[in-house]
Amino acid sequence: MTTYILRRLLATIPVMAVVALFVFFLLHLTPGDPAAVIAGDDASPAEIDGIRKKLGLDRPIWEQFGLYVWNLLRGDLGTSIFSNLPVMTLVKQRLEPSLVLAVATLTVAVVLAIPMGVLAAWKARSTIDRVVMGFSVLGFAVPVFLVGYLLIYVFAIQLRWLPVQGYQPLANGIGGTLRSITLPALALGMTYMALIARITRASMLEVLSEDYIRTARAKGVATSGVLLRHALKNAAVPIVTVIGIGFALLISGVVITETVFNIPGLGRLTVDAILKRDYPIIQGLIILFAASKVLVNLLIDISYTLFDPRIRQ
Amino acid sequence: MAIVADPLPAPVSTRQRSGTIRWMSRHKTIVVGLVILAALSVVAIAAPWLAGDPLQFEPTNRLKKPSAEFWFGTDQFGRDVYSRVVHGARISLIVGLCVAALATFLGLVIGVLCGYYRRVDAIVMRFMDGMMSIPAILLAIALITLMKASLFIVIVAITIPEIPRVVRLVRSVVLSVRARPFIDAAIASGTRNSVIMMRHILPNTAAPLIVQATYVCASAILTEAGLSFLGAGTPPEIPSWGNVISLGRTFFQIAPWIIFFPGLCLAITVLAINLVGDGLRDMLDPRIARRM
Repeated sequence: MTTYILRRLLATIPVMAVVALFVFFLLHLTPGDPAAVIAGDDASPAEIDGIRKKLGLDRPIWEQFGLYVWNLLRGDLGTSIFSNLPVMTLVKQRLEPSLVLAVATLTVAVVLAIPMGVLAAWKARSTIDRVVMGFSVLGFAVPVFLVGYLLIYVFAIQLRWLPVQGYQPLANGIGGTLRSITLPALALGMTYMALIARITRASMLEVLSEDYIRTARAKGVATSGVLLRHALKNAAVPIVTVIGIGFALLISGVVITETVFNIPGLGRLTVDAILKRDYPIIQGLIILFAASKVLVNLLIDISYTLFDPRIRQ
Repeated sequence: MAIVADPLPAPVSTRQRSGTIRWMSRHKTIVVGLVILAALSVVAIAAPWLAGDPLQFEPTNRLKKPSAEFWFGTDQFGRDVYSRVVHGARISLIVGLCVAALATFLGLVIGVLCGYYRRVDAIVMRFMDGMMSIPAILLAIALITLMKASLFIVIVAITIPEIPRVVRLVRSVVLSVRARPFIDAAIASGTRNSVIMMRHILPNTAAPLIVQATYVCASAILTEAGLSFLGAGTPPEIPSWGNVISLGRTFFQIAPWIIFFPGLCLAITVLAINLVGDGLRDMLDPRIARRM
């Protein structure tokens, strides 16, 4: 098992190396003068020169690359062009809301979608099944911002149950945080839920037709026991895999959801950086988001050993 | 993952029914999806005749509710949301089609080469793995930040992150086809590599590729809307659905229609494309369809 984990761990290195390379060469291989584009249309030559200096574009490319890699290894993601603050500092300031949103969404999606999928598979071809499948088709089609604004309209503006927008930090009490994060997590979780419910149903259907399920039923195991202990556990690997795949959706969704709900997290940082064309921030965030995705997939690979003992060997 | 398609069609007196009708009743999802898409295409093509000028400012008509005169209401500049949404259909469909075509073509070329030449494979696939771990929307944002915004750049920026998924799919098909005896036979009889690829391998990738192309198309339309919504997409003077929604943000509480109508159109379009994709997948891969 240790070798398995070690091998997985080593496999993340080339992936992150490619991400770093890609982000670096993006700046250098794009046609035109990136310094001029970042500076904007009304910039004077002096301003463009300043940005070129700040991005280090005036130095030889191998020197830039060496410095960039060295900084990355030290955990330095670069410096914002406009605020002159290290990207890492900006990220730390904005990390909490995004992390809370991601964890809440993940929880909501898993807790709601897995029972939906199990129920749909158990009652295959029934009305419940059709409703769940209909929901999962819709969940893929409806964009995050439409769900978000619909939820705000119904639950915040019409019913006044929850705040319209904004974020309450954990420091002010967890109750406020939960209230402020409920609608964003539901909006963001929609696509994710659709994905998980779909795969849970498919995976369960396959397992439920196995002989050992019939055996378990025949020897008198209660339905809940058959579904959860015998079927769900064996259907878990594809479900967990898709949770990992969906994490990418989650990251893209975080950026949009934070804009809809005015949450001052990493997504807002991204959007502010877009508006100012602050490339170092975007570059740093790409590396950070890619690293978090690689990390989540690593954890998922490791979690397989819990569900499938064959992988442990 | 059949969702609406019924895998066991009711026995019908086939003799009276023509083949087309039977096909249509068996593949309802595809038909429904195609009908919606056809209607949308007509709207997109006929936009100038169906709706007025989407850019015309009418300060006296600011933030009007949906009415007989303004079906979808007006925005904060008094522009007709209906005509903006109708013109927006053009952008979404153009982006969806172009990205699907470009990503499929490039993914096909790279995927076939990777599956066929094992030495290329090792390097290219590492690169694809890296690209796939960058969230699509962020990669697109980075590209757009570095270049001047235009519809073309948006299409390119959305295409690039879609390529690795297509490459993976094509590569896996090529690998499984390559292991079959008829390829060995072709090699043994001295067929040129290019002929083997074109004549024997390429046709086998068609079915999964078509299905994948529909999903790429749907995802591209959503990404374009997302990018425009964030202010990193289609230039703001072009009335794309994402741009309309983005502008409606500030006035959402008093004028929710600015967001709801384009959002609804977006959802319907993506839904229709996904229906076609799901239906095609079930039709082309009956093994999966029967199992679900």
